[in-house]
Amino acid sequence: MDKERVHNLLFVGVVVVTGVVVENTYLLQVMTFIGINTLLALGLNMLMGYAGQVSLGHGAFYGIGAYATAYLSGTLGISPWLALVCAIFLAVGVAFVVGRPTLKLSGYYLGMGTLGFGMIVHILFREAGSITGGASGFVGIPMLTLGPLLFEGGQSYFYLVWAVVFGAIFLCRRILDSKTGRALAAIHGRENAAVALGVDAHSLKLTVFMFSAALGAVAGFLYAHFVLFISPDSFGFMASVKMVTMVVIGGMASVWGALIGAVVITLLPEVLHGFADHEMIVFGLILMGVMIVMPQGLTKGVMERYARYKKRA
Amino acid sequence: MEDLLQYLFSGISIGSVYAVVAIGLSMLYRSTELINFAHGEFAMFGAMGLVTLWGQLKLPLPLAFVLTVAGVSMVGILFERFAIRPVKDPHPISLVIITVGASIVFRGVAMVVWGKDPVAVPSFSSHGSIEIAGAVIVPQSLYIVAAALVLAGSLHLFFRYTLQGKAMTACAVNKKAAWLTGIPSSRMGLFAVLISSGSGAIAGIFIAPVTMNTYDMGTMLGLKGFCAAMIGGLGSLWGAFAGGLLLGILECFGAGLISSGCKDAIAFVLLLLILYLCPGGLFAQKQADRF
Amino acid sequence: MHGIRKEHENLLLQVTGLTKQFGGVRAQDNVSFGVEQGSVLGLIGPNGAGKTTLFNMITGVCVPDKGEILFDGRSITSLPVHKRVTAGIARTFQNVELFPGMTVLENVLVGMHVRLKSGFWGAVIRSPRVVKEEQQARKKALAILEFTGLLSYADRLACDLPVGRQKTAEIARALATDPKLILLDEPAAGLNRIESMALGELICKIKARGITLMLVEHDMGLAMEVCDKILVLDRGEAIALATPQQITNDQKVMDAYLGEEFQCLN
Repeated sequence: MDKERVHNLLFVGVVVVTGVVVENTYLLQVMTFIGINTLLALGLNMLMGYAGQVSLGHGAFYGIGAYATAYLSGTLGISPWLALVCAIFLAVGVAFVVGRPTLKLSGYYLGMGTLGFGMIVHILFREAGSITGGASGFVGIPMLTLGPLLFEGGQSYFYLVWAVVFGAIFLCRRILDSKTGRALAAIHGRENAAVALGVDAHSLKLTVFMFSAALGAVAGFLYAHFVLFISPDSFGFMASVKMVTMVVIGGMASVWGALIGAVVITLLPEVLHGFADHEMIVFGLILMGVMIVMPQGLTKGVMERYARYKKRA
Repeated sequence: MEDLLQYLFSGISIGSVYAVVAIGLSMLYRSTELINFAHGEFAMFGAMGLVTLWGQLKLPLPLAFVLTVAGVSMVGILFERFAIRPVKDPHPISLVIITVGASIVFRGVAMVVWGKDPVAVPSFSSHGSIEIAGAVIVPQSLYIVAAALVLAGSLHLFFRYTLQGKAMTACAVNKKAAWLTGIPSSRMGLFAVLISSGSGAIAGIFIAPVTMNTYDMGTMLGLKGFCAAMIGGLGSLWGAFAGGLLLGILECFGAGLISSGCKDAIAFVLLLLILYLCPGGLFAQKQADRF
Repeated sequence: MHGIRKEHENLLLQVTGLTKQFGGVRAQDNVSFGVEQGSVLGLIGPNGAGKTTLFNMITGVCVPDKGEILFDGRSITSLPVHKRVTAGIARTFQNVELFPGMTVLENVLVGMHVRLKSGFWGAVIRSPRVVKEEQQARKKALAILEFTGLLSYADRLACDLPVGRQKTAEIARALATDPKLILLDEPAAGLNRIESMALGELICKIKARGITLMLVEHDMGLAMEVCDKILVLDRGEAIALATPQQITNDQKVMDAYLGEEFQCLN
């Protein structure tokens, strides 16, 4: 427990110091994106890593969060914070309606079902032009303000995003370290035994699905008010695949893994800038390679290998 | 009235392509219980291969056809050998992620090789279009339908009458029992991949002259093929065929009567409905009848 | 036979006319019986007699085509599994189904799932009440481990335990659901003589707590020793329900369903 506290403090310290020390806007921007991606990975990790349910359509919730706030605060002009609440409720509501039948599926069918859902939402973003601005995107998302504070790119937004990330990590921890977390681990391990002990597997999966949808919507909200322009392609199939990749890299069922996955996936395109066209190949190879060689995730896999290596030496 | 007939013809034509894609997916599932999320990319490779070999290198059409199918089948075999077989934990979730990963790699490779802009090839023959009761049919549509029928028919005969086909069916019904009688299930798996990727390529080749061929055309084709296979009941040859036709016709009517924007959405809504309401497929009678 | 009416009032579980068909196979054909409060009922019969199907229908894993199941005075025929657990039915599995990545203590804590009130939001807010409940749950889990003799294994991973202990751990986990009725599916399978004797003692201890038990068992010695009554199933039909002595004396049952194995044991 104490070790965990040290880790947490260390993590907070690193983020705070980074925010103060780094003045380069580009770097701050990249790190803000890491924070947003961490939120996405955290949410999907709860679903994939802990509840053991794959989703290939989670980009939809990210998009719902972004478009909901864009429309409500941009077009209708209501307060973005109120829009955030609406966005979360909308995402959770959609997750409930879609999750109820979808989470009864398993394996490939679940993969296809979630993929189909993601595609439908993506098509809606593209076709409902009067609300979403259609394929050319939505312009005119207001910046976030809180009293006298204006969150424009750079430091203030960096801190805002990472504060939310802390909150989300805290929430995930609490949920995992509880009866719900135990039940999740149980249905992931042996679903029939968990059910025989009275765990209502379906409603638990649904709860986690809705929770991860809410985190996705928050990430979408932060993304929208950060870049101030959104288009459907940011929330399509590739977005969903990126989210899955982050979770897979970080190792399913690990809160820190989500962070590592987000760092890798956010930095990779920046590092591979010259190879923009090869981005897809790299993502795909990472996904395949990790799943084939280290199905427990890159972080865990590398750590285990290192431990084995040290033992031998 | 002419419109409706036109929708029907277009639907049958595009539906035949879905049918071929669905047959490939379905046959792979039948023999290996694997659903390949990268299947659509085989069709994309088929179309792109034809674009290069026939459209650009000007090889004779039959040669280009054979080379493309052979090439794509090779890709399929490599894929099975290096990405599916080494998996330590063949859990559906792992396999979903691996095949999704593969589909992205394939797409990325295609983008690098063929670029981002759509490429086109001419129709297989220069015959003029045929007019029936005011509706127009381009010859390519007829070729597509014929190709789908020939493929489904020959697979049907293959599974029914050849030793290899029967062995594959045996494998599908009970892998262990088949193995005990001396059928090498790994070779059957490889053969299933061969059939699957080859038929994927054929779908791509026949659709190439009538669509915009882009590196990402496979995603939609694959998903719609899956939808069609689900409609017909996964693992059923003629179910996949009928499912493809049905999906194609529904899509064309939807696009014509409602809006062209929602055309793609129809397939996905249908997919979800099938998954929710009758995951065994529309024509499923009993589980045992699937084989 | 004058005691029937009185017995009737004491029935914890009452099954009437249970029928289940899988394809062309009648796994369960008009099976009726009752289990008295606080007793141990053994379930025997050759493979394929429908023992596991019967268990699955009582626990709610599969739904009968016909018939009714009364538990504690109310019909549970159409209740989902988790509601039956809440009502007080727990089970163990033929093949050990512990959660492999969790400790024995955590396994038992999962067993308490339906008895803990705090839900998703409770976990998020973590009020003093929730914290207290969690502490009490741990205390109770440790008490159960002590009761089953597993206390020293509490922090070991479930998958690292020897088979005999795993079977006991599964019973401990079932006890954690605070059941009125426990169904044990072949609890002695894979156990050696000593372990199986210890199991017999544990079953008696559980019975002494007032918990009713049902067990499927092939180890006739154990079944004869711990069961108050034995139900004999054959091809989906209940062909006898009597005390172990009566069953051993019923030549028909002995010949057909226990066969030489039991005679060897004698």
